[in-house]
Amino acid sequence: MSTIAEPLNRSEAAAAPSLQDAIQFVWAEADMLDRLDYKAWLPLWTENGRYIVPTERDVSDYDDRLNIVNDDAEMRQARVKRLLSGFSMSSAPPARTVRTVSRFVPVAVEDGAITLRAAMIMVEYKYERMRTMAADVVYRIVSTADGLKLDRKIVTLVNCDDYQHGIGYLL
Amino acid sequence: MSTDFATLVRDDRVLTPMYTDEAIFEEEMDRIFKSTWVWVAHASDVPAGNTFKTSWVGREPVIVTRDKQGKIHTLLNRCRHRAASVCEKRKGKASVFVCPYHGWSYDVDGTLRKVPHINGYGEGLDTADYSLVSLRTEEYNGMIFATFKDDIQPLVDFLGPAKKWIDLFMKQGGGYGVKTLGEHRFRFPGNWKIQLENTTDAYHFPIVHKTFLDSLDPEAENVFQVLAHGGWVEDLGNGHSVMVMIPDLIDLEENLDAPIPQRFEELAKELAAEGMPDEQVRRVVRAVGGSGFNLNLFPNVACSMAFFRVLRPIEVNETEIMHVAIGMDGGPDAANRMRLRLHEHFQGPMGFGTPDDAEGWERVQRGARAGQDLWIMVNRGVDAPEGVAAPGHNAGDVSAETGMRAAYQMWKRMMTA
Repeated sequence: MSTIAEPLNRSEAAAAPSLQDAIQFVWAEADMLDRLDYKAWLPLWTENGRYIVPTERDVSDYDDRLNIVNDDAEMRQARVKRLLSGFSMSSAPPARTVRTVSRFVPVAVEDGAITLRAAMIMVEYKYERMRTMAADVVYRIVSTADGLKLDRKIVTLVNCDDYQHGIGYLL
Repeated sequence: MSTDFATLVRDDRVLTPMYTDEAIFEEEMDRIFKSTWVWVAHASDVPAGNTFKTSWVGREPVIVTRDKQGKIHTLLNRCRHRAASVCEKRKGKASVFVCPYHGWSYDVDGTLRKVPHINGYGEGLDTADYSLVSLRTEEYNGMIFATFKDDIQPLVDFLGPAKKWIDLFMKQGGGYGVKTLGEHRFRFPGNWKIQLENTTDAYHFPIVHKTFLDSLDPEAENVFQVLAHGGWVEDLGNGHSVMVMIPDLIDLEENLDAPIPQRFEELAKELAAEGMPDEQVRRVVRAVGGSGFNLNLFPNVACSMAFFRVLRPIEVNETEIMHVAIGMDGGPDAANRMRLRLHEHFQGPMGFGTPDDAEGWERVQRGARAGQDLWIMVNRGVDAPEGVAAPGHNAGDVSAETGMRAAYQMWKRMMTA
Protein backbone atom coordinates (compact mmCIF):
# COMPACT_ATOMS: atom_id res chain seq x y z
CA MET A 1 0.00 0.00 0.00
CA SER A 2 1.52 3.29 -1.05
CA THR A 3 -0.06 5.92 1.10
CA ILE A 4 2.00 8.71 -0.34
CA ALA A 5 0.42 8.03 -3.71
CA GLU A 6 -3.10 8.41 -2.33
CA PRO A 7 -4.71 11.14 -4.39
CA LEU A 8 -5.44 14.25 -2.43
CA ASN A 9 -8.63 16.04 -3.13
CA ARG A 10 -6.99 19.23 -4.24
CA SER A 11 -10.03 20.79 -5.82
CA GLU A 12 -11.46 21.78 -2.45
CA ALA A 13 -8.10 22.60 -1.00
CA ALA A 14 -7.83 26.20 -1.96
CA ALA A 15 -7.47 27.54 1.57
CA ALA A 16 -5.92 24.45 3.13
CA PRO A 17 -2.57 24.89 4.85
CA SER A 18 0.34 23.81 2.71
CA LEU A 19 2.21 20.67 3.72
CA GLN A 20 5.26 22.75 4.48
CA ASP A 21 3.31 25.17 6.68
CA ALA A 22 1.64 22.29 8.46
CA ILE A 23 4.98 20.60 9.15
CA GLN A 24 6.42 23.82 10.53
CA PHE A 25 3.34 24.15 12.75
CA VAL A 26 3.88 20.61 14.05
CA TRP A 27 7.53 21.27 14.76
CA ALA A 28 6.69 24.47 16.59
CA GLU A 29 4.15 22.58 18.68
CA ALA A 30 6.66 19.83 19.50
CA ASP A 31 9.19 22.45 20.55
CA MET A 32 6.61 24.14 22.74
CA LEU A 33 5.81 20.87 24.49
CA ASP A 34 9.46 20.02 25.13
CA ARG A 35 9.91 23.48 26.62
CA LEU A 36 6.74 23.10 28.74
CA ASP A 37 5.36 26.25 27.13
CA TYR A 38 1.84 25.02 27.79
CA LYS A 39 0.26 28.46 28.07
CA ALA A 40 1.26 29.11 24.48
CA TRP A 41 0.06 25.64 23.52
CA LEU A 42 -3.56 26.16 24.56
CA PRO A 43 -4.37 28.86 21.97
CA LEU A 44 -2.94 26.64 19.22
CA TRP A 45 -6.22 24.73 19.32
CA THR A 46 -9.58 25.29 17.67
CA GLU A 47 -12.51 25.67 20.02
CA ASN A 48 -13.77 22.18 19.27
CA GLY A 49 -10.34 20.63 19.00
CA ARG A 50 -9.75 17.16 20.44
CA TYR A 51 -6.53 15.89 21.94
CA ILE A 52 -6.57 12.10 22.13
CA VAL A 53 -4.15 9.44 23.37
CA PRO A 54 -5.90 6.10 22.87
CA THR A 55 -5.40 2.77 24.63
CA GLU A 56 -6.07 0.80 21.47
CA ARG A 57 -4.92 0.97 17.88
CA ASP A 58 -7.24 1.27 14.88
CA VAL A 59 -10.12 2.79 16.79
CA SER A 60 -12.68 4.83 14.89
CA ASP A 61 -14.89 6.14 17.71
CA TYR A 62 -12.71 7.24 20.59
CA ASP A 63 -15.62 8.53 22.67
CA ASP A 64 -16.99 5.04 23.20
CA ARG A 65 -13.60 3.64 24.20
CA LEU A 66 -11.29 4.12 27.11
CA ASN A 67 -8.45 6.49 26.27
CA ILE A 68 -5.39 7.69 28.11
CA VAL A 69 -6.43 11.23 27.13
CA ASN A 70 -9.60 12.45 25.45
CA ASP A 71 -9.59 16.19 26.01
CA ASP A 72 -11.88 18.89 24.80
CA ALA A 73 -11.03 22.55 25.37
CA GLU A 74 -12.17 22.51 29.00
CA MET A 75 -10.10 19.43 29.87
CA ARG A 76 -7.03 20.80 28.06
CA GLN A 77 -7.33 23.95 30.10
CA ALA A 78 -7.67 21.98 33.32
CA ARG A 79 -4.77 19.72 32.34
CA VAL A 80 -2.44 22.61 31.66
CA LYS A 81 -3.46 24.28 34.90
CA ARG A 82 -2.64 21.06 36.74
CA LEU A 83 0.70 20.52 35.01
CA LEU A 84 1.83 24.08 35.70
CA SER A 85 0.40 24.32 39.22
CA GLY A 86 3.49 23.11 41.01
CA PHE A 87 1.30 20.86 43.17
CA SER A 88 1.44 17.75 41.00
CA MET A 89 4.49 15.80 42.06
CA SER A 90 4.75 13.97 38.72
CA SER A 91 4.97 17.26 36.87
CA ALA A 92 6.84 19.43 39.34
CA PRO A 93 9.19 18.87 37.72
CA PRO A 94 8.17 16.45 34.99
CA ALA A 95 10.61 14.22 33.17
CA ARG A 96 12.67 16.17 30.65
CA THR A 97 11.71 15.33 27.10
CA VAL A 98 13.26 15.66 23.68
CA ARG A 99 11.05 14.71 20.76
CA THR A 100 11.28 14.72 17.02
CA VAL A 101 8.37 14.45 14.61
CA SER A 102 8.96 13.28 11.07
CA ARG A 103 7.87 10.82 8.36
CA PHE A 104 5.01 13.11 7.44
CA VAL A 105 2.31 11.72 5.19
CA PRO A 106 -0.55 13.95 4.05
CA VAL A 107 -3.69 11.92 4.58
CA ALA A 108 -6.41 14.32 3.49
CA VAL A 109 -6.74 17.86 2.28
CA GLU A 110 -10.13 19.45 2.68
CA ASP A 111 -11.49 22.91 2.51
CA GLY A 112 -9.24 24.85 4.81
CA ALA A 113 -7.75 21.81 6.52
CA ILE A 114 -4.96 19.32 6.12
CA THR A 115 -4.61 16.03 7.95
CA LEU A 116 -1.14 14.59 8.41
CA ARG A 117 0.18 11.35 9.71
CA ALA A 118 3.61 11.42 11.30
CA ALA A 119 6.05 9.54 13.50
CA MET A 120 7.09 10.90 16.86
CA ILE A 121 10.14 9.59 18.68
CA MET A 122 10.70 10.92 22.15
CA VAL A 123 13.17 10.34 24.93
CA GLU A 124 12.30 11.23 28.49
CA TYR A 125 14.67 11.51 31.41
CA LYS A 126 14.03 11.55 35.12
CA TYR A 127 15.64 9.97 38.17
CA GLU A 128 18.75 8.45 36.55
CA ARG A 129 16.64 6.82 33.87
CA MET A 130 16.01 7.31 30.15
CA ARG A 131 12.95 5.96 28.40
CA THR A 132 12.20 5.95 24.70
CA MET A 133 8.68 6.37 23.45
CA ALA A 134 7.36 6.20 19.91
CA ALA A 135 3.99 7.12 18.51
CA ASP A 136 2.04 7.45 15.32
CA VAL A 137 0.50 10.89 15.43
CA VAL A 138 -2.35 12.23 13.36
CA TYR A 139 -2.73 16.00 13.14
CA ARG A 140 -5.65 17.87 11.65
CA ILE A 141 -4.61 21.45 11.09
CA VAL A 142 -6.98 24.15 9.89
CA SER A 143 -6.52 27.61 8.46
CA THR A 144 -8.30 30.33 10.40
CA ALA A 145 -8.27 34.08 10.37
CA ASP A 146 -6.01 33.70 13.41
CA GLY A 147 -3.51 31.56 11.55
CA LEU A 148 -3.14 27.77 11.66
CA LYS A 149 -4.91 25.92 14.46
CA LEU A 150 -4.80 22.38 15.71
CA ASP A 151 -8.21 20.73 15.40
CA ARG A 152 -7.32 17.16 16.20
CA LYS A 153 -4.25 15.44 17.52
CA ILE A 154 -4.26 11.70 18.07
CA VAL A 155 -1.13 10.29 19.63
CA THR A 156 -1.17 6.52 19.28
CA LEU A 157 1.77 5.17 21.22
CA VAL A 158 3.42 2.18 19.62
CA ASN A 159 2.62 0.25 22.82
CA CYS A 160 -0.65 2.02 23.59
CA ASP A 161 -2.37 -1.26 24.52
CA ASP A 162 0.41 -2.29 26.88
CA TYR A 163 1.68 -0.73 30.09
CA GLN A 164 3.05 2.81 30.30
CA HIS A 165 4.73 4.57 33.14
CA GLY A 166 3.30 7.70 34.70
CA ILE A 167 3.52 10.57 32.19
CA GLY A 168 3.71 13.98 33.86
CA TYR A 169 3.86 16.07 30.67
CA LEU A 170 2.04 16.44 27.35
CA LEU A 171 2.59 14.09 24.42
CA MET B 1 15.82 -19.05 53.42
CA SER B 2 17.05 -17.80 56.71
CA THR B 3 14.95 -14.66 57.13
CA ASP B 4 12.62 -14.83 60.07
CA PHE B 5 9.63 -13.19 58.40
CA ALA B 6 7.84 -12.65 61.69
CA THR B 7 10.50 -10.13 62.75
CA LEU B 8 9.78 -7.93 59.72
CA VAL B 9 6.23 -7.15 60.74
CA ARG B 10 5.13 -5.67 64.04
CA ASP B 11 1.60 -4.61 64.85
CA ASP B 12 2.19 -1.01 63.82
CA ARG B 13 5.24 -1.07 61.52
CA VAL B 14 7.15 -3.10 58.97
CA LEU B 15 10.88 -3.20 58.27
CA THR B 16 12.28 -1.53 55.14
CA PRO B 17 13.63 -4.70 53.44
CA MET B 18 9.94 -5.58 52.91
CA TYR B 19 10.21 -3.23 49.91
CA THR B 20 13.77 -3.91 48.82
CA ASP B 21 14.90 -7.47 49.49
CA GLU B 22 14.83 -9.76 46.45
CA ALA B 23 14.90 -12.91 48.54
CA ILE B 24 11.79 -11.79 50.43
CA PHE B 25 10.09 -11.07 47.11
CA GLU B 26 10.87 -14.55 45.80
CA GLU B 27 9.36 -16.08 48.92
CA GLU B 28 6.26 -13.88 48.60
CA MET B 29 5.65 -15.14 45.09
CA ASP B 30 5.56 -18.65 46.47
CA ARG B 31 4.02 -18.26 49.91
CA ILE B 32 1.43 -15.66 48.95
CA PHE B 33 0.75 -15.52 45.22
CA LYS B 34 0.94 -19.28 44.73
CA SER B 35 -0.92 -19.99 47.95
CA THR B 36 -4.09 -17.93 47.98
CA TRP B 37 -6.94 -16.68 45.82
CA VAL B 38 -5.68 -14.26 43.20
CA TRP B 39 -8.04 -12.15 41.09
CA VAL B 40 -7.74 -12.99 37.38
CA ALA B 41 -10.74 -11.47 35.58
CA HIS B 42 -14.22 -10.07 35.75
CA ALA B 43 -17.04 -12.24 34.42
CA SER B 44 -17.76 -9.70 31.67
CA ASP B 45 -14.24 -10.21 30.32
CA VAL B 46 -15.39 -13.68 29.23
CA PRO B 47 -19.02 -12.90 28.40
CA ALA B 48 -19.94 -16.02 26.40
CA GLY B 49 -18.90 -19.56 25.62
CA ASN B 50 -15.53 -19.81 23.87
CA THR B 51 -14.30 -16.42 25.01
CA PHE B 52 -11.04 -15.85 26.85
CA LYS B 53 -8.85 -13.30 28.52
CA THR B 54 -5.16 -13.62 29.32
CA SER B 55 -4.16 -12.76 32.85
CA TRP B 56 -1.69 -13.56 35.61
CA VAL B 57 -1.54 -15.42 38.88
CA GLY B 58 1.47 -13.80 40.50
CA ARG B 59 4.21 -14.12 37.91
CA GLU B 60 2.57 -16.96 35.99
CA PRO B 61 0.69 -16.16 32.78
CA VAL B 62 -2.75 -17.74 32.51
CA ILE B 63 -5.68 -17.84 30.14
CA VAL B 64 -9.11 -17.39 31.68
CA THR B 65 -11.68 -19.10 29.48
CA ARG B 66 -15.40 -19.74 29.49
CA ASP B 67 -16.51 -23.00 27.92
CA LYS B 68 -19.75 -23.56 26.06
CA GLN B 69 -21.44 -24.76 29.24
CA GLY B 70 -20.55 -21.45 30.86
CA LYS B 71 -17.90 -22.86 33.17
CA ILE B 72 -14.84 -20.71 33.75
CA HIS B 73 -11.34 -22.17 33.62
CA THR B 74 -7.95 -20.71 34.48
CA LEU B 75 -5.22 -22.41 32.46
CA LEU B 76 -1.48 -21.95 32.61
CA ASN B 77 -0.51 -20.37 29.30
CA ARG B 78 2.15 -22.89 28.39
CA CYS B 79 2.11 -25.84 26.06
CA ARG B 80 2.67 -29.13 27.83
CA HIS B 81 5.09 -30.19 25.10
CA ARG B 82 7.98 -27.73 25.15
CA ALA B 83 6.47 -24.77 27.00
CA ALA B 84 5.58 -22.28 24.26
CA SER B 85 2.74 -19.92 25.17
CA VAL B 86 -0.45 -20.97 23.42
CA CYS B 87 -2.18 -17.56 23.44
CA GLU B 88 -0.75 -14.06 23.10
CA LYS B 89 -3.95 -12.07 22.71
CA ARG B 90 -5.44 -9.94 25.47
CA LYS B 91 -8.94 -11.24 24.99
CA GLY B 92 -11.21 -12.59 22.33
CA LYS B 93 -13.02 -15.63 21.07
CA ALA B 94 -11.49 -19.04 20.58
CA SER B 95 -12.80 -22.58 20.52
CA VAL B 96 -9.30 -24.02 20.52
CA PHE B 97 -5.79 -22.92 21.50
CA VAL B 98 -3.13 -24.16 19.11
CA CYS B 99 0.49 -24.09 20.13
CA PRO B 100 2.34 -22.26 17.33
CA TYR B 101 5.49 -24.36 17.72
CA HIS B 102 4.45 -27.96 16.94
CA GLY B 103 0.71 -27.60 16.62
CA TRP B 104 -0.57 -29.24 19.80
CA SER B 105 -4.14 -28.07 20.20
CA TYR B 106 -6.17 -27.63 23.37
CA ASP B 107 -9.87 -27.24 24.11
CA VAL B 108 -10.98 -24.22 26.12
CA ASP B 109 -11.14 -26.38 29.23
CA GLY B 110 -7.48 -27.25 28.71
CA THR B 111 -7.95 -30.79 27.37
CA LEU B 112 -5.28 -31.77 24.86
CA ARG B 113 -7.29 -32.31 21.70
CA LYS B 114 -4.77 -33.20 19.06
CA VAL B 115 -1.05 -33.85 18.64
CA PRO B 116 0.31 -33.68 15.07
CA HIS B 117 2.06 -36.87 13.91
CA ILE B 118 1.26 -38.56 17.18
CA ASN B 119 2.55 -41.87 15.84
CA GLY B 120 6.04 -40.43 16.38
CA TYR B 121 5.49 -41.18 20.04
CA GLY B 122 4.80 -44.87 19.34
CA GLU B 123 2.50 -46.03 22.12
CA GLY B 124 4.07 -43.62 24.58
CA LEU B 125 1.81 -40.52 24.72
CA ASP B 126 -1.47 -40.56 26.59
CA THR B 127 -3.04 -37.20 25.69
CA ALA B 128 -5.06 -37.30 28.93
CA ASP B 129 -1.81 -36.68 30.81
CA TYR B 130 -1.03 -33.47 28.94
CA SER B 131 -3.91 -31.07 29.42
CA LEU B 132 -3.02 -27.43 30.01
CA VAL B 133 -2.57 -27.09 33.76
CA SER B 134 -5.91 -25.94 35.12
CA LEU B 135 -6.07 -23.92 38.33
CA ARG B 136 -8.88 -24.04 40.80
CA THR B 137 -11.21 -21.18 39.85
CA GLU B 138 -14.13 -19.68 41.74
CA GLU B 139 -16.30 -16.62 41.24
CA TYR B 140 -18.17 -14.27 43.51
CA ASN B 141 -20.54 -11.67 42.06
CA GLY B 142 -18.56 -11.43 38.83
CA MET B 143 -15.13 -11.38 40.48
CA ILE B 144 -13.13 -14.38 39.23
CA PHE B 145 -10.25 -15.68 41.30
CA ALA B 146 -7.87 -18.59 40.76
CA THR B 147 -5.46 -20.43 43.00
CA PHE B 148 -2.71 -23.02 42.73
CA LYS B 149 -3.95 -24.56 45.99
CA ASP B 150 -6.62 -27.21 46.05
CA ASP B 151 -6.74 -27.37 49.83
CA ILE B 152 -7.40 -23.75 50.83
CA GLN B 153 -10.82 -22.52 51.89
CA PRO B 154 -13.49 -21.78 49.29
CA LEU B 155 -13.42 -18.27 47.82
CA VAL B 156 -16.60 -17.20 49.62
CA ASP B 157 -15.05 -18.05 52.96
CA PHE B 158 -11.80 -16.33 52.03
CA LEU B 159 -13.75 -13.16 51.19
CA GLY B 160 -15.94 -13.41 54.28
CA PRO B 161 -17.30 -9.98 55.31
CA ALA B 162 -15.81 -8.48 52.13
CA LYS B 163 -18.66 -10.08 50.20
CA LYS B 164 -21.12 -7.49 51.47
CA TRP B 165 -18.91 -4.71 50.10
CA ILE B 166 -18.49 -6.45 46.76
CA ASP B 167 -22.27 -6.60 46.52
CA LEU B 168 -22.54 -2.90 47.32
CA PHE B 169 -19.83 -2.06 44.82
CA MET B 170 -21.60 -3.93 42.03
CA LYS B 171 -24.62 -1.63 42.43
CA GLN B 172 -22.68 0.56 40.01
CA GLY B 173 -24.29 -1.62 37.39
CA GLY B 174 -27.33 0.60 37.95
CA GLY B 175 -29.62 -2.39 37.54
CA TYR B 176 -27.92 -3.54 34.33
CA GLY B 177 -25.00 -5.44 35.80
CA VAL B 178 -21.35 -4.45 35.73
CA LYS B 179 -19.25 -4.70 32.60
CA THR B 180 -15.58 -3.90 32.05
CA LEU B 181 -15.08 -1.10 29.51
CA GLY B 182 -11.31 -1.06 29.03
CA GLU B 183 -8.18 -0.80 31.08
CA HIS B 184 -5.25 1.44 31.78
CA ARG B 185 -1.99 -0.32 32.46
CA PHE B 186 1.04 1.27 33.99
CA ARG B 187 4.13 0.26 35.90
CA PHE B 188 6.03 1.97 38.62
CA PRO B 189 9.52 1.14 39.83
CA GLY B 190 8.54 0.02 43.29
CA ASN B 191 7.41 -2.88 45.42
CA TRP B 192 3.86 -4.23 45.07
CA LYS B 193 3.01 -3.66 48.72
CA ILE B 194 3.43 0.10 48.28
CA GLN B 195 0.47 -0.02 45.93
CA LEU B 196 -1.43 -2.40 48.18
CA GLU B 197 -1.10 0.13 51.00
CA ASN B 198 -2.20 3.03 48.83
CA THR B 199 -5.68 1.73 48.12
CA THR B 200 -6.42 1.95 51.82
CA ASP B 201 -4.69 5.31 52.33
CA ALA B 202 -7.07 8.27 52.46
CA TYR B 203 -4.41 10.30 54.24
CA HIS B 204 -2.51 11.01 51.00
CA PHE B 205 -5.54 12.06 49.00
CA PRO B 206 -5.81 15.79 49.69
CA ILE B 207 -2.03 16.18 49.38
CA VAL B 208 -1.17 14.06 46.37
CA HIS B 209 -4.42 14.74 44.53
CA LYS B 210 -4.75 18.44 45.18
CA THR B 211 -4.60 19.14 41.44
CA PHE B 212 -7.39 16.65 40.80
CA LEU B 213 -9.53 18.32 43.46
CA ASP B 214 -8.74 21.74 41.95
CA SER B 215 -10.06 20.52 38.58
CA LEU B 216 -13.55 19.73 39.94
CA ASP B 217 -16.57 21.94 40.35
CA PRO B 218 -17.03 23.11 43.97
CA GLU B 219 -19.76 20.57 44.69
CA ALA B 220 -17.74 17.60 43.40
CA GLU B 221 -14.63 18.94 45.10
CA ASN B 222 -16.51 18.86 48.38
CA VAL B 223 -17.59 15.25 47.77
CA PHE B 224 -13.95 14.27 47.19
CA GLN B 225 -12.73 15.91 50.43
CA VAL B 226 -12.42 12.34 51.60
CA LEU B 227 -11.18 13.11 55.09
CA ALA B 228 -14.14 15.36 55.88
CA HIS B 229 -17.18 13.10 55.76
CA GLY B 230 -16.83 10.95 58.86
CA GLY B 231 -15.58 7.91 57.01
CA TRP B 232 -13.68 4.98 58.44
CA VAL B 233 -11.39 2.05 57.72
CA GLU B 234 -12.51 -1.41 58.74
CA ASP B 235 -10.52 -4.63 58.94
CA LEU B 236 -12.51 -7.36 57.18
CA GLY B 237 -10.21 -10.25 58.00
CA ASN B 238 -7.78 -12.25 55.82
CA GLY B 239 -5.93 -9.05 54.94
CA HIS B 240 -8.99 -7.44 53.37
CA SER B 241 -10.25 -4.04 54.43
CA VAL B 242 -12.68 -1.36 53.41
CA MET B 243 -12.01 2.35 53.53
CA VAL B 244 -15.23 4.34 53.47
CA MET B 245 -14.54 7.88 52.30
CA ILE B 246 -18.02 9.06 51.35
CA PRO B 247 -20.57 7.35 53.61
CA ASP B 248 -23.43 8.84 51.57
CA LEU B 249 -22.24 6.75 48.62
CA ILE B 250 -22.07 3.35 50.28
CA ASP B 251 -25.41 2.16 48.95
CA LEU B 252 -26.12 3.53 45.49
CA GLU B 253 -29.73 2.42 45.64
CA GLU B 254 -30.44 4.67 48.61
CA ASN B 255 -31.01 8.43 48.68
CA LEU B 256 -32.42 8.40 45.18
CA ASP B 257 -34.51 11.46 46.04
CA ALA B 258 -31.43 13.58 46.66
CA PRO B 259 -30.84 16.45 44.20
CA ILE B 260 -28.81 15.44 41.16
CA PRO B 261 -25.26 16.79 41.47
CA GLN B 262 -24.34 19.57 39.09
CA ARG B 263 -21.85 17.55 37.10
CA PHE B 264 -24.52 14.95 36.30
CA GLU B 265 -27.30 17.36 35.36
CA GLU B 266 -26.60 17.18 31.66
CA LEU B 267 -26.51 13.38 31.70
CA ALA B 268 -29.78 13.27 33.63
CA LYS B 269 -31.42 15.53 31.05
CA GLU B 270 -30.10 13.39 28.22
CA LEU B 271 -31.43 10.19 29.78
CA ALA B 272 -34.80 11.79 30.50
CA ALA B 273 -34.95 13.00 26.89
CA GLU B 274 -34.43 9.40 25.80
CA GLY B 275 -37.61 8.56 27.68
CA MET B 276 -36.13 6.99 30.79
CA PRO B 277 -38.44 7.26 33.83
CA ASP B 278 -37.27 9.67 36.51
CA GLU B 279 -36.58 7.02 39.14
CA GLN B 280 -34.38 5.08 36.76
CA VAL B 281 -32.58 8.24 35.68
CA ARG B 282 -31.74 8.87 39.32
CA ARG B 283 -30.57 5.33 39.81
CA VAL B 284 -28.36 5.38 36.71
CA VAL B 285 -26.93 8.80 37.50
CA ARG B 286 -26.09 7.79 41.04
CA ALA B 287 -24.46 4.62 39.74
CA VAL B 288 -22.39 6.62 37.22
CA GLY B 289 -20.85 8.61 40.07
CA GLY B 290 -19.40 5.47 41.64
CA SER B 291 -19.16 4.14 45.17
CA GLY B 292 -17.81 6.02 48.14
CA PHE B 293 -15.39 3.36 49.31
CA ASN B 294 -12.31 1.34 48.45
CA LEU B 295 -12.49 -2.37 49.15
CA ASN B 296 -8.96 -3.75 49.33
CA LEU B 297 -8.75 -7.50 48.77
CA PHE B 298 -5.50 -9.17 49.71
CA PRO B 299 -3.28 -9.64 47.78
CA ASN B 300 -3.96 -8.19 44.33
CA VAL B 301 -7.28 -6.48 43.68
CA ALA B 302 -9.36 -3.59 44.90
CA CYS B 303 -12.86 -2.43 44.14
CA SER B 304 -11.85 1.20 44.24
CA MET B 305 -14.70 3.72 44.12
CA ALA B 306 -15.53 3.33 40.42
CA PHE B 307 -13.01 0.84 39.00
CA PHE B 308 -11.02 -2.30 39.67
CA ARG B 309 -7.42 -1.79 40.61
CA VAL B 310 -5.33 -4.89 39.98
CA LEU B 311 -1.68 -5.21 40.90
CA ARG B 312 0.87 -7.60 39.47
CA PRO B 313 4.29 -7.98 41.04
CA ILE B 314 7.02 -7.97 38.37
CA GLU B 315 10.17 -7.72 40.45
CA VAL B 316 10.96 -6.62 43.98
CA ASN B 317 11.11 -3.03 42.68
CA GLU B 318 8.72 -3.14 39.73
CA THR B 319 4.92 -3.48 39.81
CA GLU B 320 2.31 -3.33 37.11
CA ILE B 321 -1.09 -1.83 37.85
CA MET B 322 -4.24 -2.18 35.85
CA HIS B 323 -7.09 0.27 36.33
CA VAL B 324 -10.12 -1.43 34.83
CA ALA B 325 -12.91 0.92 33.79
CA ILE B 326 -16.38 -0.46 34.44
CA GLY B 327 -19.82 0.51 33.30
CA MET B 328 -23.34 -0.79 32.86
CA ASP B 329 -23.77 -3.92 30.81
CA GLY B 330 -26.30 -2.88 28.19
CA GLY B 331 -26.85 0.41 29.97
CA PRO B 332 -27.38 3.76 28.24
CA ASP B 333 -24.48 4.78 25.98
CA ALA B 334 -24.46 8.28 27.41
CA ALA B 335 -24.02 6.90 30.92
CA ASN B 336 -21.18 4.58 29.90
CA ARG B 337 -19.49 7.37 27.96
CA MET B 338 -19.59 9.51 31.06
CA ARG B 339 -18.10 6.64 33.09
CA LEU B 340 -15.25 6.46 30.57
CA ARG B 341 -14.59 10.21 30.72
CA LEU B 342 -14.66 10.20 34.54
CA HIS B 343 -12.23 7.27 34.56
CA GLU B 344 -9.90 9.07 32.15
CA HIS B 345 -10.06 12.19 34.29
CA PHE B 346 -8.39 10.59 37.31
CA GLN B 347 -6.98 7.26 36.16
CA GLY B 348 -4.32 6.06 33.81
CA PRO B 349 -0.81 7.10 32.82
CA MET B 350 -1.91 10.68 32.03
CA GLY B 351 -4.87 11.00 34.39
CA PHE B 352 -5.14 13.82 36.89
CA GLY B 353 -4.51 11.37 39.74
CA THR B 354 -2.57 8.27 38.73
CA PRO B 355 0.73 9.85 37.64
CA ASP B 356 1.03 11.53 41.02
CA ASP B 357 0.27 8.28 42.82
CA ALA B 358 2.88 6.50 40.71
CA GLU B 359 5.43 9.21 41.40
CA GLY B 360 4.71 9.00 45.11
CA TRP B 361 5.17 5.23 45.13
CA GLU B 362 8.41 5.55 43.20
CA ARG B 363 9.61 8.07 45.75
CA VAL B 364 8.89 5.53 48.50
CA GLN B 365 11.04 2.95 46.72
CA ARG B 366 13.82 5.49 46.14
CA GLY B 367 13.72 6.57 49.75
CA ALA B 368 13.73 2.99 50.97
CA ARG B 369 17.27 2.60 49.63
CA ALA B 370 18.28 4.46 52.77
CA GLY B 371 18.03 2.97 56.25
CA GLN B 372 17.39 -0.76 55.85
CA ASP B 373 17.12 -0.93 59.63
CA LEU B 374 14.38 1.72 59.75
CA TRP B 375 10.69 1.01 60.05
CA ILE B 376 7.86 1.86 57.68
CA MET B 377 5.27 3.30 60.05
CA VAL B 378 1.65 2.22 59.71
CA ASN B 379 0.58 3.23 63.19
CA ARG B 380 -1.76 6.08 62.30
CA GLY B 381 -5.39 6.15 63.45
CA VAL B 382 -7.94 7.10 66.06
CA ASP B 383 -11.27 5.45 66.77
CA ALA B 384 -13.80 5.09 63.98
CA PRO B 385 -17.01 7.09 64.41
CA GLU B 386 -19.35 5.33 66.85
CA GLY B 387 -21.38 2.49 65.41
CA VAL B 388 -20.27 2.60 61.76
CA ALA B 389 -18.18 -0.55 61.58
CA ALA B 390 -19.61 -4.05 61.94
CA PRO B 391 -19.56 -5.28 65.55
CA GLY B 392 -16.32 -7.04 66.37
CA HIS B 393 -14.37 -5.56 63.48
CA ASN B 394 -11.25 -3.59 64.18
CA ALA B 395 -11.80 -0.10 62.74
CA GLY B 396 -10.25 3.35 62.71
CA ASP B 397 -11.00 6.79 61.36
CA VAL B 398 -10.90 7.36 57.60
CA SER B 399 -7.23 8.28 57.58
CA ALA B 400 -6.21 5.42 59.87
CA GLU B 401 -3.68 2.90 58.61
CA THR B 402 -5.90 0.10 59.84
CA GLY B 403 -6.18 -1.46 56.37
CA MET B 404 -2.42 -1.57 55.93
CA ARG B 405 -2.01 -3.19 59.32
CA ALA B 406 -4.63 -5.76 58.35
CA ALA B 407 -2.78 -6.54 55.11
CA TYR B 408 0.56 -6.85 56.85
CA GLN B 409 -0.83 -9.16 59.50
CA MET B 410 -2.12 -11.38 56.70
CA TRP B 411 1.28 -11.14 55.03
CA LYS B 412 2.90 -12.29 58.25
CA ARG B 413 0.43 -15.12 58.68
CA MET B 414 1.05 -16.41 55.17
CA MET B 415 4.81 -15.93 55.19
CA THR B 416 5.26 -17.77 58.46
CA ALA B 417 2.72 -20.54 57.80
